[in-house]
Amino acid sequence: MSGYREACQSGRFVVSGEIGPPKGTNVAKMLHHIDLLRDKVDALNVTDNQSSVMRLGSLAVSHEIVSRGGDAIFQLTCRDRNRLALQSDLLSAAFLGIGTVLCLTGDHPRVGDHKEAKAVYDFDSVHLIQCCRKLNEGHDWAGNELDGPTDLFIGGVVTPEADPLEPQLYKFAKKVEAGAQFFQTQAVYDMDRFQHFVGRAREIAGGADVKIMAGLVVLTSLGMAQYMNRAVPGILVPDALLREMASVPKAEAFAKGTEICARHIRFLKENRICDGVHIMAIGREEVLPEILAMAGLG
Amino acid sequence: MIIAKKKPIDEIIESLKGDATIFIVGCGECATVTQTGGEKEVAEMKAALEKAGKTVVGVDIVAANCQELDLKRVLRQHGRVTEEVDAFLVLSCGAGVQSVRADTEKRVVPGTDSLFLGNVKRAGVYEEKCSLCGQCVLDDYGAICPVARCAKGLLNGPCGGTNHGKCEVDPDRDCAWVLIHEQLKKEGRAEKLTRIHPPMDWSASAHPGRVGPAKEEAAVKKP
Repeated sequence: MSGYREACQSGRFVVSGEIGPPKGTNVAKMLHHIDLLRDKVDALNVTDNQSSVMRLGSLAVSHEIVSRGGDAIFQLTCRDRNRLALQSDLLSAAFLGIGTVLCLTGDHPRVGDHKEAKAVYDFDSVHLIQCCRKLNEGHDWAGNELDGPTDLFIGGVVTPEADPLEPQLYKFAKKVEAGAQFFQTQAVYDMDRFQHFVGRAREIAGGADVKIMAGLVVLTSLGMAQYMNRAVPGILVPDALLREMASVPKAEAFAKGTEICARHIRFLKENRICDGVHIMAIGREEVLPEILAMAGLG
Repeated sequence: MIIAKKKPIDEIIESLKGDATIFIVGCGECATVTQTGGEKEVAEMKAALEKAGKTVVGVDIVAANCQELDLKRVLRQHGRVTEEVDAFLVLSCGAGVQSVRADTEKRVVPGTDSLFLGNVKRAGVYEEKCSLCGQCVLDDYGAICPVARCAKGLLNGPCGGTNHGKCEVDPDRDCAWVLIHEQLKKEGRAEKLTRIHPPMDWSASAHPGRVGPAKEEAAVKKP
């Protein structure tokens, strides 16, 4: 049922993209991106009220991707739902033919556009992963037997550039123990450091069959790269890349960003550093086919 | 200590619209320490209400407003004044406001916003370290509470928003998970960091909380 799961289990290099649902009911651009990308990648992540900004829901859009013949990675955060709502949405996902879920804590409402909202966090991301496994095994969180289990492919996230890193690694270990089958990372830009991180992560995962996908956010300008260094926790764009972005005229910066992204994909694939990539072009998803072609995956 | 802040005077006057005679109740405990309902604040409030055209028929400061029997006794000493007043303005936490509620059928109006159970760092500086969750987990976290001190109340490690040891939600605040991690390492109890902690049992702190028999039951038991 899940193309993403099969791709991960096949052993080949896996590629996912990302769809950010709109704030409103005008879905034309989003549907255009879905149709453009669904056959070019193994799956499309659908963000869940990303950055705590209220938007069209990830469950509905994940279903739309599946019904259009693509595969979706349903992102589910603990911010907005208690354990009843989380489990109900997971059953709904299974019912709608969505086979893959990515379990996240979720940004705090304070950083979004409804700052007065009550933050839920009844579960944390480790609990949500445990809960997916329980549902797969035919029981709900409270231990009640389900009339029909789920068959979810369960994912989590990890931040390789977290500072400090050690608590992040402990949490990664807990997610593996809880039942995570694949990980997508926060955006990484320093390939040497990422290679080192994957080595540590593999050691921690021990014998567990856990797939690790590098998160790649396409740089659009020097200013954007500097902004991420300054303002986004857990993202580090190294000086060499800042210089590279600065080396071209502003009008060519985005093209440079796509070139860097393609170069990183090629490096990760050819050196078998990780099991795949998750590419985020944040609103400019139409560039993805070109990046994949440049990376030799088109 | 219950930490509170003063409501804006305009909001209080709006609440007291139509009430000509007012009785002000302060609190000698938390509201005195946080300077929201002690002697000085009660006197200032009296002056502000009189300036706004109200008649303040009485003031008093109860040792601790949350002690319902004490409060009842203090108000009783004022006799008919409290029976004839239009409204009570209470300068204490919401618990104290409702002690007054339990003792009168007159209008009762809060003069402060109650914030949290806080530790007093020094005068005017308060921090929340306990959120009264009903099932103390401090032993698992080196006596640093993630339920109260992590903005998301996470139980199994930091979120992706931890930023050079600070919290994404408030960059002036240390990430509770970095503190917990350092403390448990110091104690040589790394196993506490690796064990998956179950989610909280929120039924343990479900509202309204109560210890002891319900009021009705107590009444029944009276001879």
